[in-house]
Amino acid sequence: MRAKLVDNNITNRMKKVPYRNLPSKLSFLLLAFLLTFSVTIFAQEEAAASEDTAAAQTGPCAGDPANGEALFKANCAACHKLDKKMTGPALRGVVAKYNDCDWLHEWIKNSQDLVKSGDQRAVKIFEEYNGAVMTAFPQLSDQDIDDILAYTSQPKPEPVVAEVPTGTDGGGSDSGVTNSIILAALALVFLLLVIMLFLVNKTLRRIAEANGVTYEEGEKRTPIWKAFIQNQFLVLVTCIFLLLGAAYFAYGWMMQVGVDQGYAPVQPIHYSHRIHAGVNQIDCNYCHSSARRSKHSGIPSLNVCMNCHKTISEVAEGTQSEGQKEYGVDYNAEIKKLYAAVGWDEGSQSYTGETKPVEWVRIHNLPDFAYFNHSQHVTVAGVECQKCHGPVEEYEIMEQFAPLTMGWCINCHRETNIQVEDNGYYEKIHEELSKKYGVDKLTAAQMGGLECGKCHY
Amino acid sequence: MASNKKYWKSVEELNENSSIVETLKQNEFAEPIPTDEFLGNKENLETSSTTRRDFLKYVGFSTAAATLASCEGPVIKSIPYVVAPDEIIPGVANYYASTIADGFDFANVLVKTREGRPIKIERNDLAKHGGSVNARVQASVLSMYDKNRLQGPKVDGKDASWSDLDAAVATKLGTMAGQDVVLLTQTFASPSTTKLISDFKAKYPNIRHVVYDTVSSSEALDAFQNKYGTRALADYDFSKAEVIVSVGADFIGDWQGGGYEAGYAKGRIPKNGKMSRHIQFEANMSLSGANADKRVPVTPSQQMAVLLALTGNGSTSSLPENVVDAVNKAKSQLQKAGSKGVIITGLPNVAAQTSVLNYNQSVGSVVMDTTKPRMTSMGNASEVLNVMNGVISGSVKGLITVGVNPVYSFPNPQFTEAYKSLGMTLAFSMKEDETASLAQMVAATPHYLESWGDTQLKKGSFGLIQPTIRPLFNTRQFQDCLLKWTENSKNYYEYIKEFWQGTILAGGGSWNQALHDGVFEGAMEVSTDEETTSVGTLEASTSNGALVAPVQGGLELTLYTKTGLGDGQQANNPWLQELPDPITRASWDNYVTVSAADAAEMGLENFNVANGALNGSYVNVKMGDVVIEKVPVLIQPGQAKGSVGLALGYGRKAAIQQEMQTGVNAYPLYNNFSSVQNVTLEKVAGTHEFACIQLHNTMMGRDIIRETTLEIFNTKDVEHWNPVPMVSKDHQEIPVTSPDADLWDEFDRSIGHHFNLSVDLNACTGCGACVIACHAENNVPVVGKSEMRRSRDMHWLRIDRYYSSEESFGEDTEKKENISGLGSSLSEFGEMEHPAANPQVAFQPVMCQHCNHAPCETVCPVAATSHGRQGQNHMAYNRCVGTRYCANNCPYKVRRFNWFLYAENDEFDYNMNNDLGRMVLNPDVVVRSRGVMEKCSMCIQMTQKTILDAKKEGKPVKDSAFKTACSAACDTGAIQFGDINDHDSVVYKEKNDKRMYHLLEAVGTKPNVFYQVKVRNTNEA
Repeated sequence: MRAKLVDNNITNRMKKVPYRNLPSKLSFLLLAFLLTFSVTIFAQEEAAASEDTAAAQTGPCAGDPANGEALFKANCAACHKLDKKMTGPALRGVVAKYNDCDWLHEWIKNSQDLVKSGDQRAVKIFEEYNGAVMTAFPQLSDQDIDDILAYTSQPKPEPVVAEVPTGTDGGGSDSGVTNSIILAALALVFLLLVIMLFLVNKTLRRIAEANGVTYEEGEKRTPIWKAFIQNQFLVLVTCIFLLLGAAYFAYGWMMQVGVDQGYAPVQPIHYSHRIHAGVNQIDCNYCHSSARRSKHSGIPSLNVCMNCHKTISEVAEGTQSEGQKEYGVDYNAEIKKLYAAVGWDEGSQSYTGETKPVEWVRIHNLPDFAYFNHSQHVTVAGVECQKCHGPVEEYEIMEQFAPLTMGWCINCHRETNIQVEDNGYYEKIHEELSKKYGVDKLTAAQMGGLECGKCHY
Repeated sequence: MASNKKYWKSVEELNENSSIVETLKQNEFAEPIPTDEFLGNKENLETSSTTRRDFLKYVGFSTAAATLASCEGPVIKSIPYVVAPDEIIPGVANYYASTIADGFDFANVLVKTREGRPIKIERNDLAKHGGSVNARVQASVLSMYDKNRLQGPKVDGKDASWSDLDAAVATKLGTMAGQDVVLLTQTFASPSTTKLISDFKAKYPNIRHVVYDTVSSSEALDAFQNKYGTRALADYDFSKAEVIVSVGADFIGDWQGGGYEAGYAKGRIPKNGKMSRHIQFEANMSLSGANADKRVPVTPSQQMAVLLALTGNGSTSSLPENVVDAVNKAKSQLQKAGSKGVIITGLPNVAAQTSVLNYNQSVGSVVMDTTKPRMTSMGNASEVLNVMNGVISGSVKGLITVGVNPVYSFPNPQFTEAYKSLGMTLAFSMKEDETASLAQMVAATPHYLESWGDTQLKKGSFGLIQPTIRPLFNTRQFQDCLLKWTENSKNYYEYIKEFWQGTILAGGGSWNQALHDGVFEGAMEVSTDEETTSVGTLEASTSNGALVAPVQGGLELTLYTKTGLGDGQQANNPWLQELPDPITRASWDNYVTVSAADAAEMGLENFNVANGALNGSYVNVKMGDVVIEKVPVLIQPGQAKGSVGLALGYGRKAAIQQEMQTGVNAYPLYNNFSSVQNVTLEKVAGTHEFACIQLHNTMMGRDIIRETTLEIFNTKDVEHWNPVPMVSKDHQEIPVTSPDADLWDEFDRSIGHHFNLSVDLNACTGCGACVIACHAENNVPVVGKSEMRRSRDMHWLRIDRYYSSEESFGEDTEKKENISGLGSSLSEFGEMEHPAANPQVAFQPVMCQHCNHAPCETVCPVAATSHGRQGQNHMAYNRCVGTRYCANNCPYKVRRFNWFLYAENDEFDYNMNNDLGRMVLNPDVVVRSRGVMEKCSMCIQMTQKTILDAKKEGKPVKDSAFKTACSAACDTGAIQFGDINDHDSVVYKEKNDKRMYHLLEAVGTKPNVFYQVKVRNTNEA
């Protein structure tokens, strides 16, 4: 019991969630089943949409929407979205709105010139966005801008959720169904066979009786259980084995008390390390920055999330559908939870000041009498985060990878060499100690990493 | 035969008519067994339908349920910041420079904060004239987390908002226009506050400002003001002194603001065969007297004669012979020292103070500094007396109090009633104290760790106070209120900044740098002294009142302040209550200290009961009409005969938790704010139970503390005064340090760090700052008075105090050596248990000695305590099963056992039992549970952090980086800590000093803590 007593200890108990994916999986099955029948309807609409796109390309500011998309993502997407206000206005249909290609070209190349020149439209937009200056893009050619505008002129595609179930995964869930049918059929066949055997046996007996064949009964022997009880030596040995077995399992059970390996609680916001650290390759230290400097790795404050999520208000469509399908999670709704917590108003792109701190459930709980310092391991020893926390970049739901028992700590200290390279602190002591122990590289244990007081104070 | 034998159970049975014997015959137990108490409510029990079987079922079920439930861990929530402040990294401490200026303690400090909450006060090494970070300052951080603090302003006893209070004050001040309203404040020593108050007075011309120091230095201030023109206190640098003569001045304690021990200790360490000589004339046994080379017990009235004789214009005819001799010797030594001699006095008398200033000036003393005096005391006793009498007589109509508590601390008991009937009463207070609970309006003020402010502790030495946490409660500081009430739109922070840039920093200096450092040495003259209409000094009353010899049967009382509670502001601080007094070693109490001779005359006694605890008689203390009833008596060796002492600051009741309402209030005796009074004692019935943790007061001639004189130290070989103990092996005497004397093979510790702690007994003054620092750093629990009485104190670091049984410790040793035969040893060892009438005193901080051959480690059945390569003796609490073998086998008795759960336990309702108090806990150190042993870890969390920082930087550790809480807190440099494998370190030099010795070295424990032999300058010529 350490000073953390003041922390918000919640007294309810941990609930493990062994079948956390079950409801989602079931719902996918259902969804897949339903949607198999609706593919054709959407296919028709898609054809109509592509016709519209073709029309846009021939209108004012004609360009190549494909090239435009690439340019848009490279240059504009930091502040603009097609259908949603962000730092700047939503851009879909901007050509139709202003219907003035030259003016748009001028604005995109340098909006401030326009504003200064007193252009009414320019001033109006400038004021609407509270004097936020749009970056000038003198490097974009007229053709580039036309391409971008062509991209923004494309009509909004229909939601693509419908396409999903036609994929292979739908088939996968079908195979699940057939498997069980096959199993059921097999079971039925076996049952029939058993019944047939029984009937055949019965018939044969009857025939034998009718033919007068005597069926010789075996000699009456002591039942095996009685024989067992009569043999006291056997009973004794069995008892000893039973007791030993019971002791073995009792010990095993008791040793896992308080070891929460695999603990994966449901968090208030479904945060996917897989997407952040895996797909997007964000360095662990970006969010858990204090791991390098402090004993705590630190749960990132929400302003760290907002560094990116200010502009990322929704995930890519593929990710969204994957999330719904695989994990039953609406990632966009989870981002909304973040916005609610941090008090971010998407409409006005500003903070409301009403915050609601997120109460994460702590996964790695070391007992208070054990002192652990992240910076010692991360900065000094250069241990990979994954060594203790597992393949976090693959975890959709974070869980406790290591048992966090003392034996586990000690083993690692015994096996791991200390990282002495370029560290002035270790120079002298490493040289002397390695000479004393007669080794090239010292382990953490040889440096004193097994002493009680190093972790317990 | 056998049947004729009769066994007596007690002497009482010899009395045939005894009623007790008769009763006991009938009853097995003398008192009825309180079954109802532990069975609970009797009525409920009888009406309950639960049968015994049901009960067992419930027990069985709940036990099973609890067992099953305990197999799952609790769900722990982690709540990160929404927007993290840039400067906070969870798990990394931040330090802020600030200043404490509570009216009694003034010091520049460094505040350690974790995750935005202050957890420890440390010394600010940048502050050269920063006052002393004493035990009270160290403990002040806990006073902030006091659950009895005021949560918000109050009007007419009801909770109010600040706008309510502002309106009420404006109305009240409007109705009071033209009437005499007094603004009674503590000394702020704050340039900006002085200006603010004058702005406030300009708006309300009927308000006059009076500064009230609860513990007054008024006479010294008057003397200084008369002579030098400024109302301030002369500063002293005792490191430059060769001869220090103190007449009743406890300058190592709280005399004139205290904080002199650092300079004093510098001069006390023998260097090139020289050290300062300190002669103390005093009545109470004070810290200064305990540290003196020669201490002469004299009553206050005799002190006056001594002082006059020393300063050259008085006769010694009225003094006893031995005192005359001491005075003459002191005088000749002072003469020899010339400008390196200094006289100081604590007598509450302007003439005495003036004579001292005159003397020091006439010899051109380099010790006294009058050009840059101390500004930490401003109060004028006569003005305050005037206010007190004005309130009583009705001439004062309104009273605004800031940081002072006159209802508690004014000597006249009539004041309380008069205060209630005043036209306007407004109290600025952190607590609903005696004054605030009676005031019409109460303004809740923040703690200094939550406030802004500036200080000028010494002329030209400025300091800043900055908040280190958001105000915990709805508080507003005095200065912000004044700004609001003078219609100033600025807040106090902006005001100070502008004020500093206009004045203090005008000569060049950066605000940010000053705020970072917390201190600023400026050449600018900034006055904190207001022009006040002087009412004249209290000369007549004080000098006549007390400093003449009392009438027959009377005793001279010297009121003093204790290291723990000071003036009583922090009475609700359990750390300070539990801090044992350095001299008496009693905690949780104040008491009348009486000399053994006087005690014998009056039939007063101290005695130890069966469990060793100390008990004492009660007396009533009478001064004229004032009677303080049932004051416990503690017989104090060294107390001058005919004098008694009593500590101020105790006996507070309002806003003080029941457990902390200790002692008696001595302020009613503080007549005319003079620390010296004539009283009579009258023995009353009853015995008082002290919580005194040192039960054996003498060393019995052993060398627990090794002492020598400067003469021997300079002239004789080290073997003579600091010999290595010899042990016998194969009937040959060999030194205990020889490898042959070892039971164990020596472990090679030459690689890596090897920590050692050095304690210089010459520099240690016994001030106790290290004890509180250790408390704060290591989450040491507070156990309360009754557990202290059972010697179950949990302090990891204690400061033992020893009295000599003869005139000096040297004579003790001689006496012991000369004992021969059974008869002689029985009688003389018995005599040696009793301290002398005027004993020598020595202090010795004792913590775990971190023995390389630790007796505790070998006896632990579960290997919970083991040795580290770095020299520390580790204690794994989670492994300990509480057999207490280790404590039994420890020759130093430094292991502490957790008899109870001291955290989150209503039986120990101190800071660890409430959320607010627990905020002070150090998150890097575990809070120990019931049933485990604990002890000093040599602050392993601090050494580990230093090593980790070095590893992260990739550099070897600098010597000064290694610290323990006690070494960092030690003002005098008595405690030094470091790595002895680093041969450039201070501690390595100390280890090879010839004064070095180990405690109980003959035991062969090879401790990593060592001491430096105490050297006394007994040179009389």
